[in-house]
Amino acid sequence: MTINYSLAELLIVAAAENWRNVGEVMGFGAGTIPRLGVNLAKATFNPALMTTDGECFYTTTPVGPGERATPENIEGWSPYDRTFSTLWRGKRVAMVGPTQLDCFGQANISAIGPHQRPKVALVGARGFPGNSIHHPNSFFVPTHNTRTLVKGEVDFVCSAGYNPARWLGGKQPFGLDLRIILTDLAVLDFGGPDHAIRVRSLHPGIRFEQVQDNTGFPLLRPEVIPTTPPPSAEQLAIIAQLDPKGMRKTALKGDPPGDRRAS
Amino acid sequence: MLDKRMSLDEVVARLADGSTIGIGGWAARRKPMALIRAILRSKLKDLTVVSYGGPDVGLLAAAGKIRKLIFAFVSLDQIPIEPHFKNARQAGMSVWELDEGMLHWGLRAAAMRMPFLPTRVGNGTDIAAEPGLKTVKSPYADAEEFIAMPAIKLDAALLHVHRADPQGNTLTLSPDPFFDELMGRAADKVFVTAEQVVPTAQLEMTHNSRFNLFERALITGVVEAPFGAHPSSAAPDYQLDLGHLKTYADSATSPETWAAYAAKFVHVTDAEYLAAVGGVEHVRTLKTPTY
Repeated sequence: MTINYSLAELLIVAAAENWRNVGEVMGFGAGTIPRLGVNLAKATFNPALMTTDGECFYTTTPVGPGERATPENIEGWSPYDRTFSTLWRGKRVAMVGPTQLDCFGQANISAIGPHQRPKVALVGARGFPGNSIHHPNSFFVPTHNTRTLVKGEVDFVCSAGYNPARWLGGKQPFGLDLRIILTDLAVLDFGGPDHAIRVRSLHPGIRFEQVQDNTGFPLLRPEVIPTTPPPSAEQLAIIAQLDPKGMRKTALKGDPPGDRRAS
Repeated sequence: MLDKRMSLDEVVARLADGSTIGIGGWAARRKPMALIRAILRSKLKDLTVVSYGGPDVGLLAAAGKIRKLIFAFVSLDQIPIEPHFKNARQAGMSVWELDEGMLHWGLRAAAMRMPFLPTRVGNGTDIAAEPGLKTVKSPYADAEEFIAMPAIKLDAALLHVHRADPQGNTLTLSPDPFFDELMGRAADKVFVTAEQVVPTAQLEMTHNSRFNLFERALITGVVEAPFGAHPSSAAPDYQLDLGHLKTYADSATSPETWAAYAAKFVHVTDAEYLAAVGGVEHVRTLKTPTY
């Protein structure tokens, strides 16, 4: 039997893997798909995860994007001060959304163009610098192209990557631990020599060449590249429960199908 | 008895051109907006502004009040990028961009009257490349190299609280106190705007002590400013006004749209402002946002 699933649902299932085997930590996914990913991980294989309502309360069961926690679901407090304490202690695993990402895993959410007078001013570095060197981080890039996965370095390095030229004293920063780059085409990781980026899996219907052509730096090509696992019927049912308002349907432009072999 | 009550304009009169001002709250939450609008109506200029930025930074930037911005982000939460900030950045406004935690650390250093505090944050990024930012080596066996985050000393801090008494005892009732305490401790003068100024007994401090973020000895002035955080939130008293934030964001389209916004919502009395944004009932019944 064929199960129909959207690209958003495929990515939610792939995102959830970021929180497998990480234990009892604060799970943070920025944006609809990573947030549903961490919620799926908590609802299935890692119930010990701590997740918040997106503001400042931990909840016993996951609260989806666009939803509010009920008072009886609140189990703890995480104002920003405590969030910094938690992440500096290393008790957090995140997936965040960079505007630009480079071959070192350095991310930019600050500005496109010169920093003093940007062509496009973005939000600012936020907590990216601190996050990047205190706990495991992954990236979600919903539009995989050479403007998001860039040639050379990103325009303003907001989060540290595997680039020794930028490390204080030439030593790898204390807690730097980059895990995966989840895009609309593939799952990439840092598993090559000196953390070089390689293709871990291709989404159904996507070829390696397509991924390479849309990436500003060379990707390592393992001999055998698996296909990103499609969601199971059980996972799709849980995702529907976690996202009753259907926020996942508007998370990606046109809500494309997850299996693009036909298209 | 101590009485620190004053008007918004009296606070502005105590701020000096060229000074460094810290603004409490976070993004579109609990910003002292009535006081910011009073600054826009004044001649005060050349400010160095330190903020976990929201519409406070946007308004000051749109009005040309900022000489330099010290920040980690500027956002309206549900509207991720603050459009007035974006315009000012793209026009070359002078900035010192930090990580959120580095900003916290700089304020903490100032609060402790330390010249700097060591941190790993910034290592490996362009923020570490900021001219003037120095490093320090651990004198212990680890010999690790850290960024020496300098103290961010404030001439004044502007904070919005829920309740205050005339002496400057305050309650901040919102779910997240953010870094208002550090802003207060890092500043020479602290001015609070309060939803309500009440007699001390009405603060019910035995029950509410956890909402008391700092001592009255820090506080220079207290202003009663009902709905003074609007259009940002002062939950639980009222929520952010997303409808008005959209109107405000749209005013960044051109100099004409900004002038029209300022005429209607800035260069008016507080009563006219409240009427223009929809009145007391509108603000009291704003929907709780989701994050």
